Amino acid sequence: MDLFYLAISATFVNNILLAQYLGNCPFLGVSKKLETALGMAVAVVFVTVMAAIFTWAVFTFVLVPYNLEFLQTLSFILIIASLVQLVEIIIKKQSRMLYNALGVYLPLITTNCAVMGVALLVAKKEYNFLEMLVFSSTSAVGYGLALILFAGIRERLVISAVPKSLQGTSIALITAGIMALAFIGFQGMA
Amino acid sequence: MANTYIDTLTAGLWKRIPPFRLVLGLCPALAVTMSAENGLGMGLATAFVVTLSNGAISALRNVIPSKVRIAAYIVIIATLVSIVEILMKAFFFQLSQQLGIYIPLIVVNCIVLGRAEGFAAKNPPLLSMIDGFSIGIGYALSLTLVGSLREIFGAGTWFGIAVLPASFEPMTFLVSAPGAFVTLGILLAVQNLFSRWRGEKFIQG
Repeated sequence: MDLFYLAISATFVNNILLAQYLGNCPFLGVSKKLETALGMAVAVVFVTVMAAIFTWAVFTFVLVPYNLEFLQTLSFILIIASLVQLVEIIIKKQSRMLYNALGVYLPLITTNCAVMGVALLVAKKEYNFLEMLVFSSTSAVGYGLALILFAGIRERLVISAVPKSLQGTSIALITAGIMALAFIGFQGMA
Repeated sequence: MANTYIDTLTAGLWKRIPPFRLVLGLCPALAVTMSAENGLGMGLATAFVVTLSNGAISALRNVIPSKVRIAAYIVIIATLVSIVEILMKAFFFQLSQQLGIYIPLIVVNCIVLGRAEGFAAKNPPLLSMIDGFSIGIGYALSLTLVGSLREIFGAGTWFGIAVLPASFEPMTFLVSAPGAFVTLGILLAVQNLFSRWRGEKFIQG
């Protein structure tokens, strides 16, 4: 039951994008079209979970036993960067279709702070393996959900009359603010 | 020659000021700007990292093979961020607790990598450090501005000191998550309006 609460909280209440503000650069960058947003969302879910598993393992079995926690930042970013490269190579070899769908988004993910953020949050909250798995996957799904919903809104924004100064990133941020307000409504749930 | 230095030094304060002109590094700009103090602290930490990383990367730009350059940059940046993290824990413990995971997340702040790739990889060390310093200070100023606005109107205080009369009802909306997006969006719009009024060309995409 605790895991269920954790899942709901990570997806909706503490939505990684709208409540913790992680991964905003790709959020504003790729949300102009629904199709690209969908691709990015899938790639983020995939990489976040993989990265969380690896960084969790390194943190629990290497850094903590040897008192090397100060190397956390350095080791996490290296793990994530090499993992993304590895995933790219494997996908390219194994599945052409998947590569065509996700390929362009993978290099972008290295600098997506949502991936690193989830890894750091897992380490900070000292989750066990199962909690880590639930937390990372539901956080990533929450990110994807917000991204896809937002892309839908942004597609309609293009055809509406927006004052000149507000066009582009400006109106996108205000829209995201209103969406974040809607997500606050979930706060009573957990 | 002296002009290049001065141009570079002032570019970060207006022409390329992040995150408004250079729309990079939005996450910390939204996340830690609940108060002016947090914004300033985060901005200065980023300024420190971007100045030194620009210097180091520029000094090594002829040694690093271009194929692995991004990985090499990330290692340099991550090392500097670890230094900042440890220093902040030692000297500004309270602030470092408040900024939390956003300090290690400077590693993935696009500004740092963006300046490394866009400027330090092509220019000599001193000029790159000046560029990093100017962008960093511009970023610190922007974050302090966003933090000030949110703190003054959201809580009625500035740097923890009450500035508005008690009769003022604080707009709690501004210090909560959605307020960050809206404040930044409105500031961007004001900046766009001002640029258009001055007849400047749009740099922001």
